[in-house]
Amino acid sequence: MSDLSMTHSNLSQVDEIRMQVMWNRLISVVEEQAMTLLRTAFSTSVREAGDLSAGVYDPQGRMLAQAVTGTPGHVNTMAEAVGNFIAAIPRQNMFPGDTYVTNDPWLGTGHLHDITMVTPSFKGEELVGFFACTAHVVDVGGRGFGADGKSVYEEGIQFPIMKFAERGQVNETLVALLRANVREPNQVVGDFYSLAACNDVGHARLIDMLDEVGLDNLDSLGDFILTRTHKAVMERIAALPNGSWYNEMLTDGYDEPIKLAATVTIDDDKVLVNFDGSDGVSRWGINCPLIYTKAYACYAIKCVVAPDIPNNAASLAAFDIASPVNVVNAQRPSPVSLRHVIGHMVPDVVLGALSQALPGQIQAEGAGALWNIHISARPVAGQDGRRAEVLMFNSGGGGARPGLDGLSATAFPSGVHTMPIEATEHTGPIVIWRKELREGSGGEGRYRGGLGQTIEIAPMEGHEFEFSAMFDRVHTPPRGRDGGKAGAAGSVTLDDGTVLRPKGWQFVPAGRRLILNAPGGGGFGGPAERPAEQRAEDLRGGYVNKDKG
Amino acid sequence: MTSQQDVRLGADIGGTFTDVVLDLRGQLFSAKVLTSYTAPEQAILDGIEIVIQEADISASEIDLVIHGTTLATNALIERRGARTALVTTEGFRDVIEMRTESRFEQYDLNLKLPLPLIPREDRFAIAGRIGAQGQELQALDEEALEALADQLKAEGFGAVAIGFIHSYLNPSHEERAREILAAKFDGPISISSEVSPQMREFERFNTVCANAYVRPQMEAYLYRLQDRLKDMGASCPLFMIHSGGGLISVETAAAFPVRLVESGPAGGAIFAADIARRFGLERVVSYDMGGTTAKICLIEDFQPQTARTFEVARSYRFCKGSGMPISIPVIEMIEIGAGGGSLAWVDAMGRIQTGPESAGSEPGPACYQRGGDRPAITDADLVLGKLDADNFAGGKIKLSSTNAQQAIEAEIGGKLALEAEAAAFGIVEVVDENMANAARVHAVENGKNISDNLMVAFGGAAPLHAARLCEKLGVEACLIPQGAGVGSAIGFLKAPFGYEALSSQITALSRFDPEAINVLLEELKQSAESFVRLGTDGAITREITAYMRYAGQGWEIPVALPDRAFTSDDRAMIEAAFRQRYAQFFGRAVEGPEIEFVTWSVKAQDQRPQGETYPFDTQGSATAAAAPVSRAVFDAASGSAQQTAIHERKNLAPGARLSGPAVIVEDETSTIVTSPFDAVMQADGSILLVRKGS
Repeated sequence: MSDLSMTHSNLSQVDEIRMQVMWNRLISVVEEQAMTLLRTAFSTSVREAGDLSAGVYDPQGRMLAQAVTGTPGHVNTMAEAVGNFIAAIPRQNMFPGDTYVTNDPWLGTGHLHDITMVTPSFKGEELVGFFACTAHVVDVGGRGFGADGKSVYEEGIQFPIMKFAERGQVNETLVALLRANVREPNQVVGDFYSLAACNDVGHARLIDMLDEVGLDNLDSLGDFILTRTHKAVMERIAALPNGSWYNEMLTDGYDEPIKLAATVTIDDDKVLVNFDGSDGVSRWGINCPLIYTKAYACYAIKCVVAPDIPNNAASLAAFDIASPVNVVNAQRPSPVSLRHVIGHMVPDVVLGALSQALPGQIQAEGAGALWNIHISARPVAGQDGRRAEVLMFNSGGGGARPGLDGLSATAFPSGVHTMPIEATEHTGPIVIWRKELREGSGGEGRYRGGLGQTIEIAPMEGHEFEFSAMFDRVHTPPRGRDGGKAGAAGSVTLDDGTVLRPKGWQFVPAGRRLILNAPGGGGFGGPAERPAEQRAEDLRGGYVNKDKG
Repeated sequence: MTSQQDVRLGADIGGTFTDVVLDLRGQLFSAKVLTSYTAPEQAILDGIEIVIQEADISASEIDLVIHGTTLATNALIERRGARTALVTTEGFRDVIEMRTESRFEQYDLNLKLPLPLIPREDRFAIAGRIGAQGQELQALDEEALEALADQLKAEGFGAVAIGFIHSYLNPSHEERAREILAAKFDGPISISSEVSPQMREFERFNTVCANAYVRPQMEAYLYRLQDRLKDMGASCPLFMIHSGGGLISVETAAAFPVRLVESGPAGGAIFAADIARRFGLERVVSYDMGGTTAKICLIEDFQPQTARTFEVARSYRFCKGSGMPISIPVIEMIEIGAGGGSLAWVDAMGRIQTGPESAGSEPGPACYQRGGDRPAITDADLVLGKLDADNFAGGKIKLSSTNAQQAIEAEIGGKLALEAEAAAFGIVEVVDENMANAARVHAVENGKNISDNLMVAFGGAAPLHAARLCEKLGVEACLIPQGAGVGSAIGFLKAPFGYEALSSQITALSRFDPEAINVLLEELKQSAESFVRLGTDGAITREITAYMRYAGQGWEIPVALPDRAFTSDDRAMIEAAFRQRYAQFFGRAVEGPEIEFVTWSVKAQDQRPQGETYPFDTQGSATAAAAPVSRAVFDAASGSAQQTAIHERKNLAPGARLSGPAVIVEDETSTIVTSPFDAVMQADGSILLVRKGS
């Protein structure tokens, strides 16, 4: 059968398919890397809630693939962070068995709680690439996870870019310093080891793969991935209308509202976002280093422009993010511990500008920032009991989509999970009396905003607790789009009616319950257009209040 | 099961086919019948008629029937269950709707989350609260339950699920609630502390809801089957295979039908485990590829890997997190949308993708000539010469190479400027790579290296892809047993009669209380053995496992412990066992953190007589006779078509060795021996693919 014999051009087709297959393989390598981190991590934020990321980079520091597991605030910051490591550590000081670390908010992922580790991958003598991973650890000393620091120096221990391990030998000085500076040394040191181990797994699998396919390095595959991605993203951008659109949005801030503003410009081959017009740097720890702002701005654009195109250096390179110094481009030593509160709002600002370029196609505003709470519980003075630090991630409602209701109590833009309350109650002397959908909180519209949630937390009998509030959209509810109504604003109170502040450390005495009402998402389209059967469903399930049906 | 059954029958109801296998004193008879959705038992009865005629026995001579089915799975996937009420703790009405509060696909703004199995209006919250130490924090509101009972009855609910917070520690509220409701409500009531007594409310509540939801339907089906078997004269005991691969009584299955989910694939894993035992292979990866999905399972020391939670009904491209978590003991396997009927397409990046959408049996792949015009894996296999168009399914189905070629050119070749053969190669490479990736990730999730295993391949499509999969995974050899087409049903006949009882109790190793643990284990032993006693009065084996971790971690690892009463002296032994297991999974034990117990498990099963064993022959004793025919088959290693010998499996004697590239054909399927492999026929008729030079 001569028609089946392959000509020279067919062989290159086969090569092309081999490249496609290796690309898939590289994604499975980083997925294994992330899985190792999940399985071995100590912090609940990593193991239960998935606050992590993992990826592989070429020797120039360009991200080739990222694990599907993970959250955008890590993935896209890390994409840039690897370049910072390469700049800080000369090539002649890189050896097989090395692992590098930092938690520098401006060189890593935006706050001290995130530990980023980068491991060079050597095949024989040749540096073929890097593996990087990031995870949020439970403690870094300082004031703890909260907005009250006046500068980054109050927020915990800082590791500049340095070696965690050299030629396989762990840096004992670093570990000793770490142990002495954090509240939970076993857990945090354990997580450092687990981060390093996950990069090692990635490296081992990559070398297996190169051996198997007979490649000396990642050069040809990397070129293939980046060329392909670049071409696909360019096609998508070319299909967008050219122009410039401005949007601004108010957020709660710490003690006064903070305006976020963005101008999105679509050129033939680029999407640019400039945050000029946003308010200045805050006195409180809710500022964003630009690296984190970029991460979420790129995420928002990618969701709209190229959701199905793999996330790597080439897709990220098509987006340019800039800002003068302000709350989304805070400089050292501004406090940045809760940079997620502002950072998680960035996508709504960018999406609002894009909605003018793509009318009718962009979802309404949602809760945005996670409703995380850090609880420090203790026995009432003079009584027996337990002390514990408890961290919970909670989500409000998503904005309604053109064609779909918003997602209720679901994280967006963050990619993290919540923790099971049965697991949370084991970690400290608290009782969670309620964690359920907040009826009537979704913004009305042709498509309804997602519902927020109500959480009630009390100290266990004989206990009391302090908590770090990191809540937003209490004064600035998510706005609807195209005639849709705003979602319900959040609230923070005690069960006796006492109104608490949405940010900062506060106290819940024995016998009281803290009540958190996370905001609902905005609606999309005029409420009058919502079909009768969907209204009836809303009423039947109690998703809306009886008088709103 | 008090004595050795001479005549045993296995019946597996799958999505397309119902397989029946009769084991008549070691001789196997099998039948494949189309599955009937309206009366699933009918296909079993039809199948039994066929095999007893062939074996020339009467139904009354059957000593034992073992049955597994995807009916419960399908009822969950297709949402065809009873109208079910969930009665839950006040404040937690929405646990099954809020899920993990996350999106399983990061970039899709139009993501749809799976709808909760029980809609919000049918979820009823009742005051009463158990705390994290099992203590009562708030009394159960019995008055509200009385009123609810009237309402459930009046509104005509078919089933009730009860799920309260921390009930895995203290079931008293759930039990009392059931008592109150049962006084007025006639339908079945399932409680989470019995169905799935494990921590993590989302998984446990979902599991009890799934159980309640399919219970009326499964109960009716199982008793109908039992009656009709009696009617036809088969009055022997009927047992069900469960998701964990053991057997349970019909009564237990009717009360806990969620434990039947994925019982068919579990049978496949047991089949592979039995092959592993037969040849003394300690590390095996089983690979089961049918029409819609491929299932991959790790088998160590002749035991399939097990887990305590899995996901059913993944709604979004088989994406992790898009399904319904079910927390019950299961044979752990990874299932991906890669079967003979899986469709191929081109994505926005110009990359070939396969599945999870399947052509099914109607219209089927394009080459079936039943109206399908989109290319499936089978079409690509045909174009590459791996299948013989005139001799598919023993010549019963005539395949059209032209249709296959046209479909591939239209959907793939045209879009990528590839010739049909290159496009077909692309499709097959992509599906093989997807399966290889799934297998690798699955292995790493279990702390294993996939290339340390030998493969056992079965299911209609597996022998076509197994050799290439081995190349990709670095696996040295692959066994293709006889009866591969009905492997699951054969597996049922090999299943141990077993039960695993579990209890979650988080305790630090430093506070190890041997007396309390001895009491707990005694309870678990009784609960596990009382199940096993339903089927045997012979010897029972037990396995004691503690699921342990470092305090602060979220993933436990299983640590096997001796089956005896513990004393305070055992603490050091348990710590050493844990550290050793941990290092095995993750490279090295961690210094510093405290070690804790999370869950205790007792697994009981009857001691079964071991079957025959065979030497594992990697050499062979004679070169196979030259094949009578040959045809061009695409060879992935060289990237070109090669003239390839076609052997008939029935003509190959034990010990015969032949060199790849070659194809070994039989009625049900074809085995592709790729150029890096040789094939050696084994004493039991299995084909061993073995890497050249090894």
